[in-house]
Amino acid sequence: MRTLLLGFAGILLAFSAQAKLNVVCTTPDLAAIAREVGGDRVDITTLTRPTEDPHFVDAKPSFIVKLNRADVLIHGGADLEVGWLPKLVEQARNAKIVSAAKGNVRCCEGVQMLEVPTTLDRSEGDIHAAGNPHYLVDPANAKIVAHHLAAAFAASDAAAGETFQANAAKFSAQLDAKLTEWTAQFAPFKGAKIVSYHKSWSYFAQRFGLEMNLFLEPKPGSPPSAAHLAGVIAKMKEQGVRVIIVDPYLDRKTAETVARATGAAVVDVAQFPGGVKGTEGGYIALMDHLVNSLTKALTK
Amino acid sequence: MKMKTLSVLFAGFCALPLSAQETNSLAQFQQRLDAMQANFERTLAAQRAEIDALKQELAAQRAAPPRPLLAETPPGASVLSAPAAPLRIGKGASYMDIGLVGTFAAGGSTANDFESLQLGGHDPNQRGFTMQGVELNLQGAVDSYFRGNANILFSVDGGGESFMELEEAWLETVTLPGNFTLRAGQFLSDFGRINTQHPHSWGFVDAPLVSARLLGPDGLRNPGARLAWLAPTPFFTELSFGIQNSHGETAASFRSEGHSHGGGAKEGVPFGFRHPDNDRGVRGFGDLLFTPRLATSFDLTDTQTLLLGVSAAFGPNSSGGSGDNRTQIYGVDAYWKWKPANAHGGFPFVSLQTEAMLRRYQLGAFDWDENADGRVDAGEVVDPGTGLPAVLARETVTDYGFYSQLHYGFRKDWVAGLRFDYVGGNTADYERLGVTLDGAALGRDPVRDERWRISPNLTWYPSEFSKVRLQYNYDDRARIGRDHSVWLQFEFLLGAHAAHKF
Repeated sequence: MRTLLLGFAGILLAFSAQAKLNVVCTTPDLAAIAREVGGDRVDITTLTRPTEDPHFVDAKPSFIVKLNRADVLIHGGADLEVGWLPKLVEQARNAKIVSAAKGNVRCCEGVQMLEVPTTLDRSEGDIHAAGNPHYLVDPANAKIVAHHLAAAFAASDAAAGETFQANAAKFSAQLDAKLTEWTAQFAPFKGAKIVSYHKSWSYFAQRFGLEMNLFLEPKPGSPPSAAHLAGVIAKMKEQGVRVIIVDPYLDRKTAETVARATGAAVVDVAQFPGGVKGTEGGYIALMDHLVNSLTKALTK
Repeated sequence: MKMKTLSVLFAGFCALPLSAQETNSLAQFQQRLDAMQANFERTLAAQRAEIDALKQELAAQRAAPPRPLLAETPPGASVLSAPAAPLRIGKGASYMDIGLVGTFAAGGSTANDFESLQLGGHDPNQRGFTMQGVELNLQGAVDSYFRGNANILFSVDGGGESFMELEEAWLETVTLPGNFTLRAGQFLSDFGRINTQHPHSWGFVDAPLVSARLLGPDGLRNPGARLAWLAPTPFFTELSFGIQNSHGETAASFRSEGHSHGGGAKEGVPFGFRHPDNDRGVRGFGDLLFTPRLATSFDLTDTQTLLLGVSAAFGPNSSGGSGDNRTQIYGVDAYWKWKPANAHGGFPFVSLQTEAMLRRYQLGAFDWDENADGRVDAGEVVDPGTGLPAVLARETVTDYGFYSQLHYGFRKDWVAGLRFDYVGGNTADYERLGVTLDGAALGRDPVRDERWRISPNLTWYPSEFSKVRLQYNYDDRARIGRDHSVWLQFEFLLGAHAAHKF
């Protein structure tokens, strides 16, 4: 009887040791990396959908419940979610994920941020004080985030620390190999110009030697005006720009109008795995799709 | 040290007896030692030079700006350490977030009695321009236990008088065990939905009729404390309980003397045709204002969310000249929102917000012969049956109403809205008496009489931080008539990025 009880206790202990970390991620790109690093030691919930505009998410009460039960909260950290996340965390009543807690993971730490404004002035549009928050489209930053997450998960689940490090290292190695491939694919197109709607692809452009200086929106957050679009069309013709990229939540019709006027191609892109068909596999699947579709469009 | 050893060895060798052959090998040996010494000194110098060079490089690296990270992360790099250039986070650059929201309206109405037409304290209050409110919002973390928030509202009333009110100022716990939150300070009571929303975040230019009439022109707010508990259900369920002071302008249906923002004194008959002279103060715990609320929310589908709530407010009131009179207000509210999975900037969306409220108000007994001279004096309400100042009996009156507002964000930065308001109440005994004041029959109590309103509007948001809104009101007030009003509202926000509750 005693042995049975002890055995039982042992099994219970084993189960509790095997208890997964309840991880809540704000955006699907962070979730994809968290999945690689956490493996089967984490249960991941993502708040936003890959087709959704991450700036404007409703702070639904159901998110409060998810955050209340979380062990770890992973977020971009560069004010991308500032319009909705702080309010949720305030109401979540969870000491593990408040801003100073170890369960609150700001993924931008360690990342070299681009476009950090020297002055905060809203006449420049809705700028982000911490710099351009869309840093994860540069695979080098994905490596930094992966290592950061390994450390963050280990802080909340020390027993699996080595597993997390190993997973992060494996993912890092995969990214290294892939990055060489992707850089090689973009090599013949160095300096190629691409038009995007919003200034959310700067890190991608910098990594792969592309130029993205033309935007369909006149200022961050302002809708495209006819005058501005006419200017964009003129510049595109002048500079021979052949590709326009559009995220799933943006107005494709505007992009198509400009494309028709200039003979350019519209390419569907996304910053999140699952935002575009064929990218559901994860971070590497997403980057593969982006690199392939862009190089194909640039070839034409 | 090495030199010494060598010298000793050398000396030792010198001490040995030397032959001619030995002298030759000795010379060779000395040469070798010389070579070793020279070599050693050269190596030492070279190493010193290398150390100096490395030191210089290190100093240069420390002084130079950080280079962009290369493709490989340095092994074992602690990415939790702060980068060389401090990250500037908007909210982290100062201890407090400051925001200022200015709301103004311009327009006019066919009605002349703005005080009675527009019930909200910050509604457009005249033909011309109204400074509805300039709200200063300050918030931040007080320490690791509490966060604080304050809203100070500056306005100009219909008569051009400036006034300032403290809308809210409270601190709230960040983490309490057991899924509780405790808030203490001055705050808007957790009753319904619109009461806790600040005027600048409303979907319409003016307050709904039912909330302005039943809760008061400025809503229901007072100093107090509120405890809220998040239930362990798979869907959102929150139970909250508030205890606040029950007196003042902002507890209009409780121990209040009536509330007026309007230009000039509020003339005419008071509510219930009797003065609120019966404030017996707070004799016990039961004389405070209690506001329990239960709210629950479901995600009906991936794109639709529903939020339901039921609230109540209990407290004493100061009606009449005598009696222990109390007020109970009940409310139900619902909010539904649809937004597609690929919404751009939050558009398109459709939202519907509905609230219904009911108030049971105990009117106290009141004798209009206030100077007890047995005669009718000027300003006294007269009972036509007796020809003397009216003696009004104690009674409970019921007032009720609802509003329903629909919003359709049909295009990015454009929202079309439509609201329907209804408010009314039962015909009470004191209204059936047929009392008169200065010869004129009073009939139904104008502050309890039936009215309804329909308001279509269109809002344009040049950005998240400014808005322009055009609204038309069609008012139908029983025994008064119909009125048309048109208002153009404009608003700006400066400062910290304000997020609002769902």
